Amino acid sequence: MNAGDAREPAARAAGPRALPYGPAAPSGPADPPFPGGAARVYRPANAADTLTAHDRSARGDAARWEPLGMAVTPVLDLRGIDKSFGSVKVLHDIAFSAYPGEVTALVGDNGAGKTTLVKCIGGIHSPDAGEYRFEGRPVRLGSPRDAAALGIEVVHQDLALCENLDIVQNLFLGREQRRGIALDESGMEELARRTLSGLSVRTMGSVRQKISTLSGGQRQTVAIARAVLWDSKLVVLDEPAAALGVAQTQQVLEIVRRLADKGLAVVLISHNMNDVFAVSDRIAALYLGRMVAQVRTADVTHRQVVELITSGVSGDLGLRR
Amino acid sequence: MSTDLPEGKETAVKLADSDFAADRREHDVRSALLDYWGRIRAGELGALPAILGLAALIVLFFALRPNTFLSNQNIANLCTQALPIVILAMGLVFVLLLGEIDLSAGVASGVCAAVMAKLIADSGQPWYVAVISALAVGVVIGTAIGWLVAVVRIPSFVVSLAFFLGIQGITLRLIGDGGTVPVRDDFIVALANKNMPVWLGWTLAAVCAVGYAATQLLRWRRQQARNLHSRPVELVVAQSVVVAGALLLGTYLLSQDRAASPLIFLGGVPWGVPLVGVLLIVCTFVLARTPYGRHIYAVGGNAEAARRAGINVTRIRISVFIIASGFAAVSGIVAASRLNSVTPDAGGGNTLLYAVGAAVIGGTSLFGGRGKARDAVLGGLVIAIIDNGLGLLGTKAYLSFLITGIVLLFAASIDALARRRRSNTGR
Repeated sequence: MNAGDAREPAARAAGPRALPYGPAAPSGPADPPFPGGAARVYRPANAADTLTAHDRSARGDAARWEPLGMAVTPVLDLRGIDKSFGSVKVLHDIAFSAYPGEVTALVGDNGAGKTTLVKCIGGIHSPDAGEYRFEGRPVRLGSPRDAAALGIEVVHQDLALCENLDIVQNLFLGREQRRGIALDESGMEELARRTLSGLSVRTMGSVRQKISTLSGGQRQTVAIARAVLWDSKLVVLDEPAAALGVAQTQQVLEIVRRLADKGLAVVLISHNMNDVFAVSDRIAALYLGRMVAQVRTADVTHRQVVELITSGVSGDLGLRR
Repeated sequence: MSTDLPEGKETAVKLADSDFAADRREHDVRSALLDYWGRIRAGELGALPAILGLAALIVLFFALRPNTFLSNQNIANLCTQALPIVILAMGLVFVLLLGEIDLSAGVASGVCAAVMAKLIADSGQPWYVAVISALAVGVVIGTAIGWLVAVVRIPSFVVSLAFFLGIQGITLRLIGDGGTVPVRDDFIVALANKNMPVWLGWTLAAVCAVGYAATQLLRWRRQQARNLHSRPVELVVAQSVVVAGALLLGTYLLSQDRAASPLIFLGGVPWGVPLVGVLLIVCTFVLARTPYGRHIYAVGGNAEAARRAGINVTRIRISVFIIASGFAAVSGIVAASRLNSVTPDAGGGNTLLYAVGAAVIGGTSLFGGRGKARDAVLGGLVIAIIDNGLGLLGTKAYLSFLITGIVLLFAASIDALARRRRSNTGR
């Protein structure tokens, strides 16, 4: 299997590649590979502003990308990614794209390679072969820090929050704002409030709660908020609803949708087909380390996706036998 | 509830609303007190056990020894007795915050004091050279322990136990079996034996009280102005008043004449007290208001999360052991000043247990992630009162050991039970 096999949707997805450097990203060869200098395609320069509610109404709708045929540079564009651990080849020739303003669901059975792929995206593993393009430009990630510097944030399943610290402290952990040698607590609290209310989470008087007092859904919200607090362009969520109840799952999915509506590219890993269909714009299905299809959610049915996950093929879609 | 959203999203928004709504209420005195009560019931005891313990012990020993325990002389004595414990405990708080332990801190204080005393007595060095050398020895010890713990990844318990034995050998080698190095340098002796002029004590106490109140009120005003999370102003004021009261009461007690002879005046705050005050302020600032302090709490709470957040966990780990041993050096110097000499068993015996007990009684958790610099002061006072009171009662040595051990176990049990309570109540 290769990119060519992933039929029509993949071919459509290939459309944008005709314009290797999107209209608003006039990056010359002299450009540094990491941001700072990188032009932003769909987000303002000021990270602090990106997630306010005000912002959403002002720009949110405009940032909603219209149908796939349009020339939109994928934020993330992987081609031909291989990854082996010793003699075990975990990823075979993966092609995967994530678009701004869209939720791309990454589905697959246990052991299909979802986590490995996410770790490659997040810079934890480096692929053995293949091309990693971020905002149209080829990059090489040596570490999670490189990924964060580009604007890639991964929310891992275990969330990685410090329970003895409060919400604000967790949001800014490792990237504290300071005034002189001291912490700028007021500034951080304000920004935390704005970010959380941008995610439509009411936080009056509660951003100083310790994480240990929060419910699972609230913790997930904090972890997601931490991912989008910075100038992130791509957010990868690993099973955000796995341990949550019905109501909390719905809240988290709402937040996921909001992130995409703000213009971020969101990659959502999930086992739950209802969640996937509720929130995603595209579905990418992995089967035994191969990308069997990347399709628009509207174009497939529940059953087709389940077939892709379990057998790698569904009608015209998927692996050729 | 915002109404500008489409019909279908109504439910989700309501959920989002309710999710964080639990804590959404006006903070007045009543709700803040209820909140505090709730936290205590949930196992977040803070300084409460230490304060209750202090009160109970003062009442107990006053009842048993009404003439001597609260005499002017004994209060000053108690104070200088607490100094080395408090300083040692304050350094240990940093290590305990990571959930590690430094069993060698006590004997490290001994070897640092020995180095200082030898430099003054045998080499005739001025006191500052001796003090800097002692601090350097502490830093070297801390670096070695920290490196072995953080880089080689030997459990700190084992590393510091090895250092506990080894350092005692070094001290013995330095001083010689049965030897004693006298400490006669004026500056060093003054630390624990001389007092500030009474007027200076009052001035310092007043400055500290006003400074504390001003900092608290300014922060409260800033939080109000920017509409941030803040406590009710009544509580802020009450806290400032309590702190000011404690400072002034302490100064008053220490400013009384405690000379045995009516012909001379002996009174004032011992010079070691402002030293502890400065250390307390610096440590509190570092832990609560700097990124470094924040990272210590983070590593203590969840080292993996801290690592993923880009914090250099190894560096934090090494640094806390350096701080602990550095504070141990200061503690050793103060102890040497109090005893006017350094013996080969300086810092041995129950010194370390006293310091760990002080930190834990004060509210620092042995499991990491919870604790404050002030815990060392509160817990140190408790330990000093126990030590001092048992001395006044004329308790036999074996009984003192037993009682101190039981107190340490008791404090650790409170810590463990509170922790279990916290996890049960989801805190």
